[in-house]
Amino acid sequence: MLEIKDLHASIEDKKILKGINLEVNPGEVHAIMGPNGSGKSTLASVIAGKEEFEVKKGSISLDGEDLEELAPEERAHNGIFMSFQYPVEIPGVSVTNFIKTAINESRKARGLEDMPANEMLKLIREKSELLEIDRKFLSRSLNEGFSGGEKKRNEIFQMAMMEPKLAILDETDSGLDIDALRIVANGVNKLRGKDNAIIVITHYQRLLEYIVPDYVHVLHDGKIVKSGTKELALELEEKGYDWLKQEAVL
Amino acid sequence: MDLKDKLLSSFLAFESNVDLDNPVHEVRSEAIKNFENRGFPSKKEEAWKYTSLNSIQKVDFSIFPKKESTLEYKDIKKYFVHEIDTYKIVFIDGVYSSYLSETTHDGVDVCLMSAALTKPQYRQVIDVYFNKVASKDESLTTLNTAFSKEGAYIYIPKNKMPKKPIQILHLATGNEAALLLQPRNLVIAEENAEVQVIERHQSLTGNEVLTNSVTEIFAAKDAIVDYYKVQNDVNTASLIDNTYISQKDNSVVRVHTFAFGGKLTRNNLNFYQNGERIDSILKGVTILGEKQHVDHHTLVHHAQPNCESHQDYKGIFGEQSTGVFNGKIIVDKIAQKTNAFQQNNNVLISDKATVNTKPQLEIFADDVKCSHGCTVGQLDEEALFYLQSRGIPKREAQALLMYAFANNVLESVRIPELKTRINKLIANKLGVSLGFDL
Repeated sequence: MLEIKDLHASIEDKKILKGINLEVNPGEVHAIMGPNGSGKSTLASVIAGKEEFEVKKGSISLDGEDLEELAPEERAHNGIFMSFQYPVEIPGVSVTNFIKTAINESRKARGLEDMPANEMLKLIREKSELLEIDRKFLSRSLNEGFSGGEKKRNEIFQMAMMEPKLAILDETDSGLDIDALRIVANGVNKLRGKDNAIIVITHYQRLLEYIVPDYVHVLHDGKIVKSGTKELALELEEKGYDWLKQEAVL
Repeated sequence: MDLKDKLLSSFLAFESNVDLDNPVHEVRSEAIKNFENRGFPSKKEEAWKYTSLNSIQKVDFSIFPKKESTLEYKDIKKYFVHEIDTYKIVFIDGVYSSYLSETTHDGVDVCLMSAALTKPQYRQVIDVYFNKVASKDESLTTLNTAFSKEGAYIYIPKNKMPKKPIQILHLATGNEAALLLQPRNLVIAEENAEVQVIERHQSLTGNEVLTNSVTEIFAAKDAIVDYYKVQNDVNTASLIDNTYISQKDNSVVRVHTFAFGGKLTRNNLNFYQNGERIDSILKGVTILGEKQHVDHHTLVHHAQPNCESHQDYKGIFGEQSTGVFNGKIIVDKIAQKTNAFQQNNNVLISDKATVNTKPQLEIFADDVKCSHGCTVGQLDEEALFYLQSRGIPKREAQALLMYAFANNVLESVRIPELKTRINKLIANKLGVSLGFDL
């Protein structure tokens, strides 16, 4: 589904990604771990199409289509979703109106009519229950005055609504208490299916107790220095990242 | 003949049509002398540094329209907030249109300045209020005072409130190649009275129009006045709006200025607090494109203790538009415990747009809270990426962000239908149709 080949990316001439290779197939969950500054969030942003980053070399493709020339919204239309570490506040636009706009824009791009209002309402009800989101919450301005937990839950709600092929969760666990973490993880797990894939980006192993990955990759200095199964995450939890850094130097 | 000379000689013609024995005429005569001495403001004056009236002075304006015009309601309906029932005071080329208006004397007076200035039953009120808060030496105000004759007259007696909001609409038909309009409005809310006014100037053709308007607003003890200025005129129409507000104890006056169009717009908005526990609220949304220019000059004069003022102006400038915000706050020595807040935030969405913003604080009291801030920036790239990553195209995403940026200014709009209308105007101005009603 997602194929990343020898990806090099820079921001303002600072090299951040230095040759990433990654293949994600339908039905899989991949975790990308690594110390601060290793390039985890950059990788997420580059896949989602953030223009600040310049791809210097290599390629990203989704279902065989090269993403390089596609704007972020076109990537979203093709089924890529990124849950933000720091979701942006949009005063005056309610969660409901925002998600309606997002969904209908994607439908428009696929040549479909707007989703009928009753269908939309039903979907909103179903997905907000999944994430234990109160109805009142949906009429509030998007992310404005939301707690850290509410913001993250809202991100996963949007993901649930948009049903992406590939979801990238960027540090979704940061700032969450254990209850919120469980709700969010539960929501994500219910969205796992044989046709979609998830990339979980995290600094800590904690989230992976709830969202169990098929593969774990360790990112260091812009490269994947080690890949393995979920046991690798436990090993990292125990030993930290330093041993890998040394290995990478060797 | 330049415009100043033309105006001075027109004053003689004007005098032949008014009652020279009326005490108001002394005020006019004094005013024309002041205007003669000062002339139009030039860019050399600090207050007019960024707004030039030079090109306007080269236009050969008609001072008095030669023929009367009529308009059909269906043709001008869209310029009203027509979703609600309101009193209406409508002028066509400066002349009152009784056909399009709906005035009242039922407990309150919602009628014409021409009547108030000439009829004996209004004499007492005119003596007390007319030209009492308007500047006696600001040149454009004196020019208006000299020719003051017509406009809206709104008088709300003690403990009264009109049954519905009042709309003042000034229409220019284009029957003259270039027309100068000088409406003069007087709004008085006596003790514990309340009133809501929506004002709009609209040119219907591409002919040149210059409006030099003066509005005096008096809010007595415990009175509440909401005044909404909708400025969305065509690109050949210019507006100089001079508004003067005098407030007494416990009164609340809110002025919202929605500046979305016109060639040149200058808003001189002056609040004078003459009592305690007063609240003055000044809000503005400016969205400009093309070569439009808007200059907001605000003044809040805190002259008594325990008062507040809140200013919040948001501006979005595209193409080659230019904006000015100059916010002056004076806190007299006696005005302790003043709480004055001022905020001006601007977004430039074009490399060729410019904005000049300047707070001007003169604080002579020592126990006050004054906060001010101004910003000029671009749209937040991170926010744009966030919206795009949700499948919203860049253009719509930009519009959504601009809408969100300007949105909180609308919170204090107390007429829901007007708020809806302004939201639509904003969406329209930003050139997008979003998937929901803003």
